[in-house]
Amino acid sequence: MDPYRVIEVKQSVFADNDKDADALRREMKGQGTFLVNLMSSPGSGKTTTLTKLLKALPRDIRVGVMEADIDSDVDAGTIAATGTRVIQLHTGGMCHLDADMTRQGVRQLGTEGLDLVILENVGNLVCPAEFDTGAALNMMILSVPEGHDKPLKYPLVFQVCNAMIINKIDVLPYFDFDMEKVAEYARMRNPDIRIFPISAKTGEGVQALADWLAEQIRNWKQK
Amino acid sequence: MHELGVVFHIADSVVKIAQDNGASRVRRVTVQIGEVSTVIPDYLIDVWKWNCKRTPMLEDCELLWEPIHAITYCENCGKTYDTVPQGKICPHCGSDRTYLQQGNELEIKEIAVE
Repeated sequence: MDPYRVIEVKQSVFADNDKDADALRREMKGQGTFLVNLMSSPGSGKTTTLTKLLKALPRDIRVGVMEADIDSDVDAGTIAATGTRVIQLHTGGMCHLDADMTRQGVRQLGTEGLDLVILENVGNLVCPAEFDTGAALNMMILSVPEGHDKPLKYPLVFQVCNAMIINKIDVLPYFDFDMEKVAEYARMRNPDIRIFPISAKTGEGVQALADWLAEQIRNWKQK
Repeated sequence: MHELGVVFHIADSVVKIAQDNGASRVRRVTVQIGEVSTVIPDYLIDVWKWNCKRTPMLEDCELLWEPIHAITYCENCGKTYDTVPQGKICPHCGSDRTYLQQGNELEIKEIAVE
């Protein structure tokens, strides 16, 4: 006989986070601020892509950025240099942000007067994909040197993202990166994923990405 | 890979459920871990033990786990197969139009309190 009282729970470990994420999505909708969760592995060019994207977005879209890292504030410094409102979040050793940490970040940043907040998640293709942050849109960056097989190796992040940005296309001649294969593999996981080949260094393709993002924000505001 | 975050979420949920049920201490937690959930049970238990030392209601609380077998369903031929040895491509017909039926779960099954 069990000496303790047993309580049946049958609840996903992520249930509370998912509920919290839905609540944050509603709050952001109420405030009219579109939250984007940007994920990628370390070194794919998230911050460089962001600096280029910020310049390419229509001027009437007011943007704030939240930089999440385990430590340091080098990324926030880079973004601040563009004149954008930015805060640095430290996850204290954690490999991802959850909805509650995102909400704290949003409060600290302040959404007043902002149409768009971009969350630069911790550089990691595994864990951030598991935790819904409450974002209205998920994007990920895959850079050419990482290889076109990544959608096979890290399926979840490709599944949860609305868009895949393929960065560093300026170095394509030096790598065996197959653009058709990467699209095929990503669509195996997510038939609706939008694909944007860009070079954050040369600026190629960034305008198409900015135009698409601006359209997403407009559509969302009208909903 | 993200066992630390997972442990914090389990601990928060468990403490809340115990409090809602008028319990003062949680003695045992049983979780179900899907084969392809990316959670490594040994790591989870290590991090759990560490976290219990710093959470009064969870002092010496045991974490038990049960596996959930991963099964993939093929839309093309309508058959199912074991996910772990095969992956995304159906071994019966070679199609990639397959999806996971079960095996990515991470659930709190029950808790024992006093």
